[in-house]
Amino acid sequence: MQQSAKIERQPGFLPRADFQRLLDGVVKSGYQLLGPVVKDGAIQLMEISDATQLVKGLTNEQQPGRYRLQQTAGERLFDWNHGPQGLKPLCFAPHEVLWVEQKDPLSFTTRLPDVKPTAVLGVRSCDLAALAIQDRHFLHAAGADPHYRERREQLFLIGIDCAHSAESCFCASTGDGPSVNQAVDIGLSELDDGFLVWSGSDRGEAVLQQIDLAAAQTQQLEQMEHQSDQAAQEQQRKLPSAEELMRLYQRLEHAHWQQIAERCLGCGNCTAVCPTCFCYDTQHEVSLDGLSAQNVRQWDSCFSASHSSMGGFKVRGNILSRYRQWLTHKLAGWQEQQGRIGCTGCGRCITWCPVGIDLTKESDAILWEGSLDE
Amino acid sequence: MATDKPKLAVHKFSSCDGCQLALLNLGEPLLALPGLVDIVHFAEAGPNSPNQAVDISLVEGSVSTPEDIQRIQQVRQNSKLLVSIGACATSGGLQALGNFANRHEWMTSVYSDPEKIEVLNSSDPISKHVKVDLQIQGCPVNSTQVIGALRDLLSGVAPRPEVHSVCMECKRKGLICTMVTQGEPCMGPVTLAGCGALCPAAGRGCYGCYGPAEQLNDRSISDRFEQLGLDAQAVLRRFRFIANSAAGFKAASEGLRGDTDG
Repeated sequence: MQQSAKIERQPGFLPRADFQRLLDGVVKSGYQLLGPVVKDGAIQLMEISDATQLVKGLTNEQQPGRYRLQQTAGERLFDWNHGPQGLKPLCFAPHEVLWVEQKDPLSFTTRLPDVKPTAVLGVRSCDLAALAIQDRHFLHAAGADPHYRERREQLFLIGIDCAHSAESCFCASTGDGPSVNQAVDIGLSELDDGFLVWSGSDRGEAVLQQIDLAAAQTQQLEQMEHQSDQAAQEQQRKLPSAEELMRLYQRLEHAHWQQIAERCLGCGNCTAVCPTCFCYDTQHEVSLDGLSAQNVRQWDSCFSASHSSMGGFKVRGNILSRYRQWLTHKLAGWQEQQGRIGCTGCGRCITWCPVGIDLTKESDAILWEGSLDE
Repeated sequence: MATDKPKLAVHKFSSCDGCQLALLNLGEPLLALPGLVDIVHFAEAGPNSPNQAVDISLVEGSVSTPEDIQRIQQVRQNSKLLVSIGACATSGGLQALGNFANRHEWMTSVYSDPEKIEVLNSSDPISKHVKVDLQIQGCPVNSTQVIGALRDLLSGVAPRPEVHSVCMECKRKGLICTMVTQGEPCMGPVTLAGCGALCPAAGRGCYGCYGPAEQLNDRSISDRFEQLGLDAQAVLRRFRFIANSAAGFKAASEGLRGDTDG
C-alpha cells in the first residue's frame, strides 16, 4: 500500500552463501519472517529464522487436480511456483471474530486482530497482483475493512521472479507475471550463484542498507531477463483477452456449461485457493447461557447454497448456475466492478480442483465452440 | 424438583452411544446446560425418566425393532420438539448396511436361534416413523453443533443449517488436500461439513460420515476415484459406509457398476 506502483530495478548481488544475511536483516528490522517450507507435501508459508529451514532443490509438478513436489539437481531455493495459498489468508482471515457483544449491560466491542509486523519471503507476481485486487476490494475508501487493514498494514513483501512456470500457470496471458512487476518492499531474482536483490520501498531500502550487496554484473542482469522470458515461454495455458472474456455474457445458455456441471463437484475448492476470491459469510455464535455472543466471519463460496439464498430461496440452486456465476463474475463481471479481470493466472483453481477442471479450457470452449446465443 | 426451566430428554435407539458420549465430552458448556434446562432423561449420564413430557428431545440411534417403533412414537408424543442426532438417527446408520443384504440369511448364519430375534426388515432413520423437527448429522455428531442448535431452539429461532462441503473446512483450516497431493480418494468434496475436517487433519481422506453435501455430484467423484485406482466395488463402498442410507449416498451406490449383493 505504501510502496510505489512500479519498481525500477537497480539490483545488487547477494551470493548464495550469504542469503542468511538478508533474512537476518529482515528479522533485525523487527519483522517475524514467513518463508516457504515443505509441510504435508506442499509448499506452505511458515515462520522461519534460518535459511536452512527453507525449501531447497525442489520443484513442483502442478497439473489439473494434481500437485507433487520433486527433487531437482540444483541448490536453488525458489525453483517451485507456489503452494495452495498465496497471501490471502494473511490479510483476509479464513475464520475470525469481528465483534463480541454482552447482553447485560448491552455492549458491542470490535475485536481487531493483534498482528505482528510480518515479512513474507518468496511472494510471486501472480500473488502480488491478487493482493492489489484484494486491497481494492477490502480497503475501498467508502468502507475499508478494519480487520483486513490491521493485517495488511503489517505486511512486508519480499517478491521473487519465477524462473520457471508450472504446467497450470498462465500469468503471462493475464499480464501479471512471471516476473515481479508490482509493488514490493524487496525484490529478488534467483540466479545459479546467488540473488539479484533490489528495494521497492523505503522500508525495503532500510533493510538492504544493513546488507553489503555487490554490484550486479551485466551478465547477471541478462540471466535475470532470460529466466523471465523462459518462464513466460514455458506457459502452456492462456486466458482469452479481457475484451474476449466480456463475451461470456452472450453465452450464458451455451451447452458447455452443462458439460462442466457434470464434472464440477460444487465443493468450493477453486474459490478457497483463488487469491482474489473475497466472499465471506458472517454468523452469530451465541454462548450457551445466552448472555454473550460473537459475530464470526468465515470464507464462503459462490458454490455454497447460502451464497445465493434470499429469504430461504436458493437463487442458484444447482452446480451449473454456480459455476457459471463464478466464471462469469471472475472473468467478466470484475471488469465492470474492479476495472480488470479477477484472475491473475496463478492456476491454483486448476491444480487444486479435485477433478481438475481447467478454467482456461472451459473459457475457450464457451467462447469459441458452438454458435453465439441470440 | 420441579422448576420452570424447559425440560430436555436424550433418548437412545439402535446406536453405539457415541453421540451421547460426544455430548458428555463437551467439557465446560456441559456444566452450563443444567442452568438452562432440566435434563429429565439422559440414561448415559444418569437421569432416567424416559416417559416424561419434555420441551426438547434429542434422539440418537435408528429404528430397527418393532419395540423401537412403539417407543419413538411415545417419545414424539411426549416432546414439543424432536431433534434427531447422528448418522443412525438421521439416515439409519452403519447398521443400515443390512438394508442392502439378505437379513434372514445373515441371521441364520450368525445366530443359533434366529427366530428369537425380533427385528424390522430395515434400520430406519427416525424421520421414517415420526415427524422430526431438526436433524443434525455426523458420526458422532459435533457436540458444538448440537449445543448451538439447543441454544437457538431455546431462543425460539431456527438453527442455521450447515451448507458447505468438508473441503471448505479443510481450506479454512489450511489443511493440505490429500486427494491432490497424494492421490488419496477423499469424500470431502461430496460430504457435508460439520466435523471440522477431522480425517483430513490427520492426513487421510474423508470417509463421508456426515452424509451427502447439499449438491452431490456422485458420478464425477466416482469417475475420479476410478482414475485414482479404486475399482468399482471400492468406489461403491465409499458411499455405502456410515451414511450408506442417507438419500444421496444410497442413490449413488445403487447407481454404481459395483453394486452387488452387498
